[in-house]
Amino acid sequence: MTGFLVRRAMQALVVVVLVAVLTFVLLQLLPGGPARAILGPKATALQIRTYLHDNGYDRPLPARFLAWAGRVLHGDLGYSYKLNQPVTEVIAEHLPKTILLMALSTAVALLVALPLGVYQARNRGRAGDHLATGVSFAFYAMPSFFLGEVLVLVFAVQLQWLPPVAPNGDSIGEILAQAPSLVLPVLTLALVTVASFSRYARSSVMENLSQDYVRTALAGGASGRQVLTRHVLRNSLVPIVTLLGLSLPSLFAGALITESVFNYPGMGFTFIQGAQVHDYPLLLGIGLVVAVATVAGSLLADLGYAVLDPRVKY
Amino acid sequence: MTTAALPARRPGFRAAARIFLEHRLAVGGAVLLLLFVAFCFLGPLVYHTEQVATNLAGADLPPGPGHPLGTDDVGYDELGRLMAGGRTSLEIGVAAALLATVFGTLWGAIAGYVGGFADAVMMRIVDTFLAIPTLFFLLILAAIFTPTVSLLIVVVSFGAWLSPARLVRGETLSLRTREYVQAVRMMGGGGRRAVLRHVLPNAVGTIVVNATFQVADAILLVASLSYLGLGIAPPHADWGNMLAGGADAVQNGYWWLILPPGFAIMLVVVAFNLLGDALRDALEVRLRRR
Repeated sequence: MTGFLVRRAMQALVVVVLVAVLTFVLLQLLPGGPARAILGPKATALQIRTYLHDNGYDRPLPARFLAWAGRVLHGDLGYSYKLNQPVTEVIAEHLPKTILLMALSTAVALLVALPLGVYQARNRGRAGDHLATGVSFAFYAMPSFFLGEVLVLVFAVQLQWLPPVAPNGDSIGEILAQAPSLVLPVLTLALVTVASFSRYARSSVMENLSQDYVRTALAGGASGRQVLTRHVLRNSLVPIVTLLGLSLPSLFAGALITESVFNYPGMGFTFIQGAQVHDYPLLLGIGLVVAVATVAGSLLADLGYAVLDPRVKY
Repeated sequence: MTTAALPARRPGFRAAARIFLEHRLAVGGAVLLLLFVAFCFLGPLVYHTEQVATNLAGADLPPGPGHPLGTDDVGYDELGRLMAGGRTSLEIGVAAALLATVFGTLWGAIAGYVGGFADAVMMRIVDTFLAIPTLFFLLILAAIFTPTVSLLIVVVSFGAWLSPARLVRGETLSLRTREYVQAVRMMGGGGRRAVLRHVLPNAVGTIVVNATFQVADAILLVASLSYLGLGIAPPHADWGNMLAGGADAVQNGYWWLILPPGFAIMLVVVAFNLLGDALRDALEVRLRRR
């Protein structure tokens, strides 16, 4: 077990280092070089030369990489000249809002997907199962920006039940206070996720229903409901932990699109605005943070799996 | 292929074709795709529209005579734009999937066949790219390089070569220990011959099925990039950028500017997925359902 943990953590570390190298390489590829990217298009030749020298860009590549990595490790991701703010500060401001959106919609997705998966597994091959599969397949194929706009069209413009834009505010508290505005963004991100979660829950429950212990429990006189909640559900939930970890990349991507549909002031929306004005330090900083978060997520999922299921031996 | 090999292949092919045709959904998917291809590539020959010069006097018209699907915010005919946009989306999707599949297949086959240190390094590179959420990476690339159609193909395939690489590596690992591959090596065939003539042809089912799913994913990705304003730029049309101005259209209740491109993307993605599912059954590929 300890051996596995160490190996897995080392693997994650290697990936993080490679991501850092990739980010660094992209930083070198920027049009006009790093100085132009950071000082902006109006910088003079002298300013650029001074910047390059002061920041050690005239030194050899590996030395520059180490210096850059050192700064990153100290929490310095560069400076966004478009927002006139350190990148770390921008991320610290917007990341919590994105995490809030992701957490809420994952919770909603699980609340819908788990019962749906159980229902489908128990009614395998019947009309209800096929209907649920078809509907979740449709949501899977639906681009999230289209889904978001259809939801706005129906619930905000036609029915006028909900506001069409996301909450706006500096703190999490302000955003939570505008709960009605949160409904459509959360629903958009949740519905896309439900499709993959419910399919996973369905097969997981189905697999457990066919296990010997289910037959034993039923033969011992336990009611169907008891067997389902006490035994099948608990065992089926374990792989969902892995799924949560692995779905982080698509969740981040979904959040990015949802945020730009609704102008939700999270990290994804900031990223898109940065991309449109070529704010490279911001883009690379956010990219690095998201990548590291993803690696950490899948590492945690593996660990959680090992902790939850004592049978797992690596 | 030698002539002696032909008769042996035929029944297998016929069985595969029969299984494919028995799949009602698959035939539905294939028919749907053919209809879309005809609509996007032959449609403009029959239905002529102006898709370059704007006509602000005739903007935002609801569906009616002369404009079956209305016009958009700069006066382009929506039906004609749907055809032009579909052409771009399909072309980029198929081309990106092909490029990614060829590159990923070679990468995976080499890693799996050579093994050892090279394999470890090559697969860690794949892991790294998998760790980066593709959309973020592609958006950074699209921001650095101004996107054109050919550049978008390359950019999208950048995120798509990973899964064929992993799949083919897995297949290669199991295929290279088979007796016939060992025999090739024993008889003096080089590594290149073993991979190209013996390992890859046996992995072709897996590769084709995966490529079909890749097209669906690539179409979705390109649409997302264009929607976010970093893909195809107007006046060049694509289903994603048709939805880009969607927020304003939605506020005004102009449903004809939202639903047609959205459902077009959805249907094409569904069609490619159905096709992939059926091909997997027909070619007996053991691939996990996604």
